[in-house]
Amino acid sequence: MPEPLIAAHQLVKRFGDFTAVDGIDVEVQPGEAFGFLGPNGAGKSSTMRMIACVSAATSGSLRLFGLDPATHGREIRGRIGVVPQLDTLDIELSVQENLWIYGRYFDLSRAECRRRATELLEFAQLTERADSVVDTLSGGMKRRLSIARSLINEPQLLLLDEPTTGLDPQARHVLWDRLYRLKQQGVTLVLTTHYMDEAEQLCDRLVVMDQGRIVAEGSPRSLIDRYATREVLELRFSAGTNDSFADALHGVGSRLEVLPDRILVYADDGEAALTETHHRGLQPESALVRRSSLEDVFLLLTGRSLVD
Amino acid sequence: MSTGLLRIVPPAYVVRRPHRMIERHLVAYRRQWLIVVSGFFEPLFYLLSMRAGLGDLVGTVSVGGQQVPYDMFVAPALMASSAMNGAIFDSTGNVLHRLKYARIYDAALATPMGPADVAAGEIGWALIRGQLYAISFLAVMAGMGLVDTWWSLLALPACALIGLTFAAIGFAGTTFMRGWSDMDIVTTLMMPLFLFSATFFPTSAYGSWAWVVQLSPLYHGVALVRGACAGVWTTSMLAHIAVLVVLSMVALVVAARRLDTLLRK
Repeated sequence: MPEPLIAAHQLVKRFGDFTAVDGIDVEVQPGEAFGFLGPNGAGKSSTMRMIACVSAATSGSLRLFGLDPATHGREIRGRIGVVPQLDTLDIELSVQENLWIYGRYFDLSRAECRRRATELLEFAQLTERADSVVDTLSGGMKRRLSIARSLINEPQLLLLDEPTTGLDPQARHVLWDRLYRLKQQGVTLVLTTHYMDEAEQLCDRLVVMDQGRIVAEGSPRSLIDRYATREVLELRFSAGTNDSFADALHGVGSRLEVLPDRILVYADDGEAALTETHHRGLQPESALVRRSSLEDVFLLLTGRSLVD
Repeated sequence: MSTGLLRIVPPAYVVRRPHRMIERHLVAYRRQWLIVVSGFFEPLFYLLSMRAGLGDLVGTVSVGGQQVPYDMFVAPALMASSAMNGAIFDSTGNVLHRLKYARIYDAALATPMGPADVAAGEIGWALIRGQLYAISFLAVMAGMGLVDTWWSLLALPACALIGLTFAAIGFAGTTFMRGWSDMDIVTTLMMPLFLFSATFFPTSAYGSWAWVVQLSPLYHGVALVRGACAGVWTTSMLAHIAVLVVLSMVALVVAARRLDTLLRK
């Protein structure tokens, strides 16, 4: 086993009385794509800021590349790339100037900044917009520029805080493709998300966070296998009556989850569960059988859905 | 020795790359050079109006025992005020924008740059801009026949010290601002500083209230520039320099510390 790139033990972050991160243990190996999955306020961003060495841990230990952020913050930051939750692009600079100036913060020579900027604009599909002002870019383009900028120092570790939140589906897929290419080049990815599809697409391994704690850990598939059934039957009855059908559905699947807008029936055979539902004389307005997902894992572990 | 020192100074206060921030501003202002140029005109217009209007009415004023024409009395004070204005405007409004809205410092702090690099870079930039105004102001004064000694060149380092002091104070103050509405406080504070720092009349005109004038940091700056332009050096100059140096050092430490708590919580 090589030395972990990130090693956190009993990591805690408090803001006054509020505990944002409540003693988590995480290890990320080189070349891994690792995810923090959880709803807003779970402590993902606070964790990311500690890993990015821009926020000091309240207690516990954290090592990146075997170094302590408290004493080697500059050195560590020189070896990582950060894509923050909200773009911090420089709106007074053009697209390529954003890359040049950022490279200079890492003490790269001007010639090197230009060379890498040309490559990264190509990678981010922004070559035609090199001289544009940042404000005129679409949300997806800004995000790609943020990622390009975070790669200017050729980081060994890339941190992405909710990389695709607020993007349309097409822009998300373009971004996922770019991140997948980075992973293939051997860049270690650590990302936070509250989208289960994103976690399934990108992460080799992930932890589910809730209220500052880690509630589960594993590969997306192993988490689903461990915590959910193979399939899920989603039933919708007329508005506001879902509760009253819970009893009637008892025993149809291995477990029931009553949500405000629908009832989830966990079963290894969704079609069989639907047949049984009809046998019991129940007439849902709509019924859907789908594969179970991380959303279901999360629901089971925390009793709440990921996206409020 | 050096490692021992590093252990005492927290990493947040180590200054290594302030010039990177200045480089960023040079690139950003390539498209906004008109804003930079405009800062030069305000004190110039003041100077012209004082010379054309008040100069004839007032006659002469005593500086260090010498009688000098009013425009020669007022010009160094305007030069000192413009150094203050330049430094304050750069370190308050622009810094607030970059700190809270453009989030330029957040981006910089994700790199090997530290909070002290950002603070020192911003203050350095305000200084450079202030020196450009001071140099052109002195050139205009010379052109108008208001400079009659080479000692006047010492007005430039004097203005640099004024710029450093007010840039540091402005930056430190800005880190406490909640939003744009707090900028009104700056304007409100600047007006009396500008008017009552022995700018337009000597301290003797204030009678028994002269000590209040001495509380103004700008007063000490005006005294330095006025002394330089008149070629008059007294030991009180040391006190003026000391006041400005101490003020700027305190403000610098406050600025770096506040930036650290604001951006790296």
